[in-house]
Amino acid sequence: MIPTPFDYIAAKSLDEAVALLGKHGEAAKILAGGHSLVPAMKLRLAQPQVLIDISRIKDLAYIREEGNSLRVGAMTTHYALESSKRVRVVSPLLAECAAAIGDVQVRNRGTIGGSVVHADPAADWPAAMIALRVEMVCAGAKGERVIKADDFFVDLLTTAIAPGEVLREIRIPLSQGRTGQSYKKVRHPASGFAVVGVAVNLGLDAAGKCANASIGVTGAAAKAFRAGGAEAALTGKPPDAAVAAAAAAKAADRQDMNSDLYASAEYRRHLVEVTARRAVLAAVGAAK
Amino acid sequence: MATKYVGNRVKRTEDPRLIQGLGHYVDDIKLPDTLHVAFVRSIYGHARITGVDASAAAKAPGVVAVYTGKDIGKIGGVPCASDLPEMKKPEFLVLASNKALFVGHAIAAVVATDRYLAKDAADMIQVDYEELPAVTEEVKAAAGAPYVHEQFGTNIAYKLTAGEGDIAAAFRSSDKVIKQRILNQRLAPIAMEPRGVLARYYPGEQELTLWSSTQIPHLMRTQVALMLGMPENRLRVITPEVGGGFGSKLNVYAEEALLGWISMQLGQPVKWIESRRENFQSTIHGRAQLGDLEIGIRKDGTVTGLRYNVFADMGAYYQLLTPAIPTLTGLMLSGSYKIPAIQINVTAVFTNKMSTDAYRGAGRPEATYVVERAMDLVAAELGMDPVEVRRKNFPAPNEFPFKTATGLFYDSGDYVLALEKALKNADYKKLGEEQKKARAAGRLVGIGVSTYVEICALGPSAALPAGGWESATVRIEPTGTVTVLTGASPHGQGQETSFAQIAGDELGVSIEAVTVIHGDTSIVQYGIGTFGSRATAVGGTAVFVALQRLKEKASKLAAHLMGVDPATVKFADGRFTSGAKSMAIQEVALHAHLAKSLPEGMEPGLSATYFFEPKNFTFPFGTHICIAEVDKDTGEITLQRYIAVDDCGRVINPLLVDGQVQGGIVQALGQAFYEHVVYDENGQLLTGTLMDYALPRATNCPWMELDRTETPSPVNPLGVKGVGEAGTIGATPCLVNAVIDALAPLGVRHLDMPLKPETLWRIISGNSARSA
Amino acid sequence: MKVPIQVTVNGKTHAHEVEPRVLLVHYLRDVLNLTGTHIGCETSLCGACTVMLDGQAVKSCTVLAAQANGAHITTIEGFAVNGRLHPVQEGFWERHGLQCGYCTPGMIVASAQLLERNPDPTEAEIRMAIEGNLCRCTGYQHIVEAVQYAARRMKGAAAAD
Repeated sequence: MIPTPFDYIAAKSLDEAVALLGKHGEAAKILAGGHSLVPAMKLRLAQPQVLIDISRIKDLAYIREEGNSLRVGAMTTHYALESSKRVRVVSPLLAECAAAIGDVQVRNRGTIGGSVVHADPAADWPAAMIALRVEMVCAGAKGERVIKADDFFVDLLTTAIAPGEVLREIRIPLSQGRTGQSYKKVRHPASGFAVVGVAVNLGLDAAGKCANASIGVTGAAAKAFRAGGAEAALTGKPPDAAVAAAAAAKAADRQDMNSDLYASAEYRRHLVEVTARRAVLAAVGAAK
Repeated sequence: MATKYVGNRVKRTEDPRLIQGLGHYVDDIKLPDTLHVAFVRSIYGHARITGVDASAAAKAPGVVAVYTGKDIGKIGGVPCASDLPEMKKPEFLVLASNKALFVGHAIAAVVATDRYLAKDAADMIQVDYEELPAVTEEVKAAAGAPYVHEQFGTNIAYKLTAGEGDIAAAFRSSDKVIKQRILNQRLAPIAMEPRGVLARYYPGEQELTLWSSTQIPHLMRTQVALMLGMPENRLRVITPEVGGGFGSKLNVYAEEALLGWISMQLGQPVKWIESRRENFQSTIHGRAQLGDLEIGIRKDGTVTGLRYNVFADMGAYYQLLTPAIPTLTGLMLSGSYKIPAIQINVTAVFTNKMSTDAYRGAGRPEATYVVERAMDLVAAELGMDPVEVRRKNFPAPNEFPFKTATGLFYDSGDYVLALEKALKNADYKKLGEEQKKARAAGRLVGIGVSTYVEICALGPSAALPAGGWESATVRIEPTGTVTVLTGASPHGQGQETSFAQIAGDELGVSIEAVTVIHGDTSIVQYGIGTFGSRATAVGGTAVFVALQRLKEKASKLAAHLMGVDPATVKFADGRFTSGAKSMAIQEVALHAHLAKSLPEGMEPGLSATYFFEPKNFTFPFGTHICIAEVDKDTGEITLQRYIAVDDCGRVINPLLVDGQVQGGIVQALGQAFYEHVVYDENGQLLTGTLMDYALPRATNCPWMELDRTETPSPVNPLGVKGVGEAGTIGATPCLVNAVIDALAPLGVRHLDMPLKPETLWRIISGNSARSA
Repeated sequence: MKVPIQVTVNGKTHAHEVEPRVLLVHYLRDVLNLTGTHIGCETSLCGACTVMLDGQAVKSCTVLAAQANGAHITTIEGFAVNGRLHPVQEGFWERHGLQCGYCTPGMIVASAQLLERNPDPTEAEIRMAIEGNLCRCTGYQHIVEAVQYAARRMKGAAAAD
């Protein structure tokens, strides 16, 4: 319940945050909403010596459309995404995934940036990030760089963000044409995290066939992954129940499944299939 | 007389302070110069402690003292009130010094100026361990080494056989004996407020005050005084608001004595507030019985005999009632049925785990679960409707008081009445038709039934280790306000309201004029406490009788003051009346205190105390029915309806009774579907936080359709029976029976709790051998 | 190294120097002596510590006091105004939405947040809104009824305005 001692610095600008990270190195951690980091610190699983609070930096919490993409500031809360009418229209998967996270209090305070950077294998966001093919914009001492979602989640609690970098923005390419999206999860009864979570983002052609499919899976393995086999099985086909089932059967292909008290690897593999099928059908149902 | 309050849905008088955050739980009490205690606890299930180096911690900022097992020699062991023949009795010292016997076993205590510094210093203490093989499985534990307590040369704490009737003959005469192994898994009570103690010692007065989150202030006072070797009348125990107990605070814990002792050493107040992780590790667990059921039946569904051979997991040590819990299981094995021969054989074993003890129901839910599962097994075996099997074996209303083969006399009951009402409320016939349709459509829908009886109002003193009576004092103060002092120490059940209702009606005063005081051993006469669904049936009766005595005295005084014949005085609506003369009870109270004019021989004051000793337990009963559907794809369970008809005798406050039943049902839901304290083979606790141990949340719970029948208990003048545990006892088998019924088309007859989706999925998908 | 913070709690502004690691819930309880906000777990799951922080229900065990610098906070002690109970408090009293009372302050704050955002919630929406709050006593049913009661009261009040 009580973190170990640390120094706290409220950064006034992103440049200052980056500079502070450079100065303190590994001893420092970025504090956003604190809903991944503070729990770990309370259990003394994380013991940073310096916390750099970025929540006071102006303009890190925003949702805006630019061209064909939605720009979401790293400090944007889950609730802001869940409740944004515009997000529900242009990127319903983002809103649906946000609403599936934890509970109201957690969504009010937790941020999308803090969550994805923590890369908890059971967090909801990574599935949506992959399915939406987002780009992570990271600020560092040498300027900004962009990391694609597929390259971002490297391993358990590990992302491609380099030491000294701060996630600034998430860019979500907005689908053109007919799109169907859905996020489905099996919720852990105690923690509320995803036992498995599957995010589906489908593009449909005029004939109703699946023109492209992008599917992210979380909770199932050490890190979130792209369900490439399932995507291939959907592409070019009418996404009916049989096709959805066949695609879902491939969703966990070549992935080692997690195993814990609630769900064995075998059951998880099965849940990925069921959840993927349900998410695909829901996405098709939602397509406009 | 007219009842203005009793029987009505009266809003609680406790609530205004609680809904405004103005109540005081232990951690809300602030004393100047309070020091804070943090514990170092074993990280191993079984280990030899080869060294404790506290030198760094002792020098850490803010640290005032560090204590280890070597420092506390004079503090007595953690008490166990129950004593069974040939029971092994390990000594449970407040800090371990040679061996740690479970994860969470306290090894050292650090005292510092604030809770942050205490925690920092505790982390600096270096404990050297030599890990030993752990004992974690009941059956293996009973079979032999390794031993939890080497000195006993066995892990068997005791063996006990109970029951009446010739069980062997009963089985011989049966058409069939059904056998089933049944698990009542280990559970954590998880009161939302963890435990906590604040201790203050005044060296001049030699007076120790303990504020503790407990259900039993007086029993704690006696036991802690014994542990500390101090005069009991120099120890005061105060229970402020208690944030839930469910049995977990029906105990005397190491920390309670140790905090008192530390305060005496340092002459300063000391506080310890349990963290949730400590709560999982070192507050008692419940259930943890693994048993083999045998039930003999005739072809028509008549039960001839029941035997239950059960391994009861004690944990590493006894807490207050640990060994007694399986004996309660034995008492309730007749359920609500006529079973001519019953036998329980208990093998109680030590394991490298936290102690088990009384958790909501305390041995009785275990029995009810076994019996109600047994009735469904009989129904499945004979292809009968589970309701008909139950009905067949009920005692008729005219057979009460009904003697069971477990040695109990059920005081009263009309089991068919509750059953019929539940069937009607549920529309049982229609449920069956809907289930048929659903099954035809390939859906897994099940109907669960349980017809339970429970043993409440614990109880006659002969049956309880520390007495089973309860006390009350009622006073009318000079200004006319009414004070009720109850020895029961409620902690959320609402007796501040229900006892005020009784006093309000009996004295004809407004409940606003009544204050119910409890939970302070310096103010309230000795009492037993709140547990075993006893507070209203036993404690409320004490209040009721004390009120009668008070009125008798007031009536005599009123006659004297009015100058009339006492026989002519009537009391109604708060006034004594004789002919044209009349006097309010408050006026009488004032005169009693002024004492200018009292009848010959009458003592001044207006107060009465009564200690009520119940002649018997009470036996509430009821029928629960629910409908569950299992998702064929994932094994997840959805509850479609939950219908309960409970009979807890006369109801003082239906609002509170509904609350007790609902909360109880949801705790049953926790056991049936979610909760399980899991230790691995090394004794590591795998479910040590709320991240891993699932409690029912609002989204998991069905809407509960409640109803009642009201058969007054003849055991007490109020006719009440108790209701605190009914929901938990009745609902657990009902929920499980529904899910098993849903899977019955797949050949399932039994599954162990919790009914995890993966288990169900394995059965549905054919990935698992069918359960026997 | 302590950091200076200034927070407005229940309308009153406080300035203190706190250790950065001090959790908001400990600051409220131990420094400001507002002990109505409770602590029931260490893992941000029980909701007993829920308070309003700049109009949002948050778990104060998962916020550093330093993070709350400059914020407006309402704790359960600030819900009744001039002795008049908040409709949600009234609902909990009327419908017996509490037993031991330990989870109650957090439940009331979470329920109030719901009704601010959704004045006419369904039963399912109420259950979702208090999913982050554990109650071991009530079985939640009376809490659902309490929130329904409050919703009716607040609508009535709105209509009266």
